[in-house]
Amino acid sequence: MRIALFITCYNDLLFPEVGRAMVRLLRRLGHDVEFPAEQTCCGQMHFNSGYQDACIPLVSRFVEAFDGFDVIVTPSGSCASMVRRYHPLVAGLAAERGDVALPGRVAAVAPRVLELSEFLVDVLGVTDVGARFPHAVAFHPTCHSTRLLGVGDRPTRLLAAVEGLTLVDLPRSESCCGFGGTFAVKNADTSVAMGLDKVDDVLASGAEVLAAGDTSCLMHIGGLLSRRRSPVRVMHLAEILAAAGEA
Amino acid sequence: MNEPSVVPRRTRPEPSFAGTPPFPEAARTSLANEQLRVNLGRATSTIRTKRASAVAERSDWEALRLAGAAIKDEVLRDLPALLEQLERAVTAAGGTVHWARDAAEANAIVAGIASEAGAREVVKVKSMATQEIELNEALRLEGIDVWETDLAEMIVQLGHDLPSHILVPAIHRNRTEIRDIFRDEMGLVGRPAPDGLTDDPRELAEAARLHLREKFLRARVAVSGANFAVAETGTIVVLESEGNGRMCLTLPEVLVTVMGIEKLVPTWRDLEVFLQLLPRSSTAERMNPYTSMWTGVTPGDGPGAFHLILLDNGRTDVLADTTGRQALRCIRCSACLNVCPVYERTGGQAYGSVYPGPIGAILTPQLRGIAKGPVDKQTASLPYASSLCGACFEVCPVRIDIPEVLVHLRGQVVRQSEATHRLPTPEAIAMRSAAWTLRSPRRLGLAERVAGLAGRLFGRRGRLRRMPGPGPVAGWFGSRDLKAPARESFRAWWRRTDGGRGPDA
Repeated sequence: MRIALFITCYNDLLFPEVGRAMVRLLRRLGHDVEFPAEQTCCGQMHFNSGYQDACIPLVSRFVEAFDGFDVIVTPSGSCASMVRRYHPLVAGLAAERGDVALPGRVAAVAPRVLELSEFLVDVLGVTDVGARFPHAVAFHPTCHSTRLLGVGDRPTRLLAAVEGLTLVDLPRSESCCGFGGTFAVKNADTSVAMGLDKVDDVLASGAEVLAAGDTSCLMHIGGLLSRRRSPVRVMHLAEILAAAGEA
Repeated sequence: MNEPSVVPRRTRPEPSFAGTPPFPEAARTSLANEQLRVNLGRATSTIRTKRASAVAERSDWEALRLAGAAIKDEVLRDLPALLEQLERAVTAAGGTVHWARDAAEANAIVAGIASEAGAREVVKVKSMATQEIELNEALRLEGIDVWETDLAEMIVQLGHDLPSHILVPAIHRNRTEIRDIFRDEMGLVGRPAPDGLTDDPRELAEAARLHLREKFLRARVAVSGANFAVAETGTIVVLESEGNGRMCLTLPEVLVTVMGIEKLVPTWRDLEVFLQLLPRSSTAERMNPYTSMWTGVTPGDGPGAFHLILLDNGRTDVLADTTGRQALRCIRCSACLNVCPVYERTGGQAYGSVYPGPIGAILTPQLRGIAKGPVDKQTASLPYASSLCGACFEVCPVRIDIPEVLVHLRGQVVRQSEATHRLPTPEAIAMRSAAWTLRSPRRLGLAERVAGLAGRLFGRRGRLRRMPGPGPVAGWFGSRDLKAPARESFRAWWRRTDGGRGPDA
């Protein structure tokens, strides 16, 4: 099984430690992972902001970079949903403009893109990944991983199997944190109002760590926590699953 | 006892959404209103929980949703033929059918019917279509008083206020505010509120009942909307909770129904699906208390004259958009409002339209003609009034993929902006140059090195507290820090360490 890591552009730039955790975790489970250096970005920011035409070259690049891999695993439910759900739409747009081959190439690659918890539970068939993380953790099920991908309880099953980890209940967990990509700056006041309610729920949960499968949402919630000088840390699911007790 | 008075005149212009600022600005005002946040948070979380249990009772809910969507799609596909079938059936049953291209035509038809009946006032059943065309103000200008008889709609009207919800237009008000409105306003337009009125819901309901009874018994013309119209028989269907609608539909001599052309269902069998979907989605009830159905006129029973106005007002333009047209499936249940995290914080008035919330964000721009040409700034801001969390799509009883339409409409906004501005906007420049960078791994790698350097220069303990210099993302930093770009990107780490296998890993 040839496994590619789709790091996503903002993890590449802002959260490289998440990528390193992915590599460590997968190797510990006995799987090598490749990083196709031709990859850049899934195009979600452009797609969701109305610049759909600008996505065409990004989608084209994506299939080029990941063609030939059996599985493309990514630490982002949001980017995985962009690829699986919306790359076919962008390909349709490209076909209207003359690139008639793109829809077929997308159909071959997009379904192989899996978010980390899907890959671990569905493909590798593991829930206990041999991690140790002795902390109280709340999990925020991000909207795109929940509603677009349908990852369900996979992430919390993985967390529940981590040695020493106490999974605490996050009130109103299904509520959006208010990040929403460019929504966070275009509608900053509403975004912050939503985020502060999420922060209240996180603080009420008693968690030391807030985990999620998307660092984009964590960047927003973490930014609010940081401004409040809260000691609660935000961590990607991969970092906890890769931990062996040192964190 | 208060004697029934001469018909009081409404002299103040009806409030209008015209002039609402773009969504981010309107939202800022709403967010600052603590009382509004409390009222809305309480109301939406209650109805949300109740809806979830009402829906969970049905094991075939998903099948019902699929059927609802399929029936509505069929209606939209065969709309001209079905409308003509409806017209024939209504006419055969003694009704009169009118066709209105836009708000002005529809309003003129209603005013003409009311004048012909010699009416100086009309009573109204709660109706979104008549709100959309601002019928109340149009009739006021013709010297005809309009009395809203739905309890919440009456609260809004008495309070010289604007609606903030499709089903519960006064959702932003609590009962103390309602008591004050009744006490101060009822007497100015009819029977005053009883002395010593408290905010006890039963007392408030009784005050409304007495105030409205006078109007029901006096009015000669009633105006309603329609939840559904059955094409095969010409039957109009109105669902409600209070019975006030039933009063309007049965007591006056003349009944006028204003109906959007998409409200059709082909047959009675199709209606069955919606009579299950709508109450559970909207009021979280298995069945709503009052369902009124009528077919034309019946001599000696109910209104002697019935007029049906079929309203286009932008709908055929929506129909022409293959992605956007699914918004016309909407049955106005408001489930999407109740689950929307944005609506929950901002309330409905921030959307500047009678259609607020997620459905408003896709319906209003389309009805205002976004597919045909550039729209105003407020309208253009609506497709962006969403974090794309998808909660709306999850609950929609007719499976309108609201996030998909929002993104589609954002595309139209961007294209129109690029077509009308001679110079690109700062956002367009940022987006286009980001796309240019992201097209090439080499350029992305270079940008990451520059960002990493900037992060080291301006960051404190790995955090940026503000943006160096002005930029489109300045809004981020009002209440949030930003994680500083990493010194070494993942891409650079992989290359340097051979994917963590090298000596420097």
